[in-house]
Amino acid sequence: MSVATTDAPADAAKPARSRRAGPERRPGLSRWLPYLLLAPAVLLELLIHIIPMLVGIWMSFVKLTKFYIANWSAAPWAGLGNYKVAVDFDNAVGEGLLKSFGVTIAFSLITVALSWTLGMAAAVALQPPFRGRSWVRTLFLVPYALPAYAGILTWNFMLQRDTGIVNHILVDNLGLASDRPFWLLGGNALVSLITVAVWKLWTFAFLTLMAGLQSIPRDVYEAAAVDGAGNLRQWRNITLPSLRPVNLVLVLVLFLWTFSDFNTPYVLFGTAQPPAGDLITFHIYNASFLTWNFGSGAAMSVLLLIFLMIVTGIYLFVTGRRSRRA
Amino acid sequence: MRETKGFKIYRGVMLAVLGLFVLIPLYVMITSSLKPLADVQGAFTWWPSNLTVEPFVEMWKTVPLARYFVNSTIVSVAATVFSVAIAILAAFAVSRFRFRGRTVFTTTVLSTQMFPGVLFLLPLFLIFVNINNSVGVQLVGTRLGLIITYLTFSLPFSIWMLAGYFDSIPRELDEAALVDGCGPMGALGRVVLPAARPGVIAVAIYSFMTAWGEVLFASVMTTEANRTLSVGLRQYSTQTNVYWNQIMAAALVVSIPVVIGFLLAQRHFVAGVTAGAVK
Repeated sequence: MSVATTDAPADAAKPARSRRAGPERRPGLSRWLPYLLLAPAVLLELLIHIIPMLVGIWMSFVKLTKFYIANWSAAPWAGLGNYKVAVDFDNAVGEGLLKSFGVTIAFSLITVALSWTLGMAAAVALQPPFRGRSWVRTLFLVPYALPAYAGILTWNFMLQRDTGIVNHILVDNLGLASDRPFWLLGGNALVSLITVAVWKLWTFAFLTLMAGLQSIPRDVYEAAAVDGAGNLRQWRNITLPSLRPVNLVLVLVLFLWTFSDFNTPYVLFGTAQPPAGDLITFHIYNASFLTWNFGSGAAMSVLLLIFLMIVTGIYLFVTGRRSRRA
Repeated sequence: MRETKGFKIYRGVMLAVLGLFVLIPLYVMITSSLKPLADVQGAFTWWPSNLTVEPFVEMWKTVPLARYFVNSTIVSVAATVFSVAIAILAAFAVSRFRFRGRTVFTTTVLSTQMFPGVLFLLPLFLIFVNINNSVGVQLVGTRLGLIITYLTFSLPFSIWMLAGYFDSIPRELDEAALVDGCGPMGALGRVVLPAARPGVIAVAIYSFMTAWGEVLFASVMTTEANRTLSVGLRQYSTQTNVYWNQIMAAALVVSIPVVIGFLLAQRHFVAGVTAGAVK
């Protein structure tokens, strides 16, 4: 997200004003005040995010098994041992991580693509005002507003083989299959994961794109219509390019969220996940808390962080270069 | 976009398909919460064999739902109050002062929002365990640990959104307050905050939703004593029976407060969420 919350001219005018404002105020206080105001936020961010991240990096280099959890300073140094195990694809740990990584890539790409497409389709459909538009919009926002676990639990029930509505519609009502398929076990698990994730996520894409559409002036469309451009061409030549800055941020955020999704697999499958639905965050979680081998879990987390940073970096570099050329 | 006949057909189809996609789970949740247990144990039926509110009564007995409810409420309210207060101070600093490290602060804080939670989970758990061993402050298995953790989750977005709100309030207003003899904090309390009320409300609802719906840390940091709804609702399926009607009733009850809050504040939300993306 862009951090440009303050515009530069207002900023530049600021110090002059505050000097003028209160002659009786002590200058020392106003110099320290912003830091004082930030202190609680900085302390908490340090305690919960920054320090744990550094500790996590340290953890990935030690043999932090269950014997050392309460007495971590005694944990023996492992060097790159945890990493070697994690990326040794011939043993069970490395193989599991690689498979989980593949599943997560497939899951993220499909989920982001579907969420974006649905969000865009709905935003465009709701672009011209019509009666009941605000009701439809409110309805579409409900999946996003619902606590994640409440929505996923409902899907869990819907995807049950014998008692769920999905098989009822597919098998009993439509007769598409003679045998009731399992949705939460075996190969269908990935399809279920994607469906549930899209259900929760597409409305966020919708919300963002709809707000982006509002900033496109209507007369641009009118001018294009006079020139004989149909709706599809207007969408391709006006809507899509105008939404480019929104899309750049939206796609990245959607990807980062989906790639580290934990709620969906955890609430959908419980702790016994089918291999086809073994997303990376969930995999690391299980690898750490089932075996209490935190060192190896931390190494996997660091690898995940490095991967996400590289992807983000490449994405920003490529999209940034293309913008400059355009 | 012109409303040709083709467009109207497209709109009708999209509304129908997406409407069903959104509505079917909500329909299942609501109707199943009104079904007797036998209904949810057999093949799915579109309508309860007889409408009953029994699941809404029984759900409190099958698992200690009331305790989870109290835990979730205390944790979420406390996390919201602290998070909003801390975010207001930080956003005021970012919006109204120019100081060294301002950009570093905003970028660092926002980037922590993007990192996956599992990165902090293991070390934080370990840090909490060791704080308990050395200082004696228990943070794993207590509400305090959850409150501290959750309030930082909503902090980055809250600071960013509030700073944007504060920026939109003319500085001349603070200046007038300063001339009248208020200190900077007086200007914040008497001028900026009242003018930014919709933003503060939106941020508060966002913080509450974040804490109320958190699963990952709750699954590790809670024991039976401080278990919150997000993890507690799973207890219905560990019994010998899976009480799907009660699960749906409980899911409905825990959702209603946040959904209503969100929908009431959606206007401010849309503005806040998208402001950065559009800029």
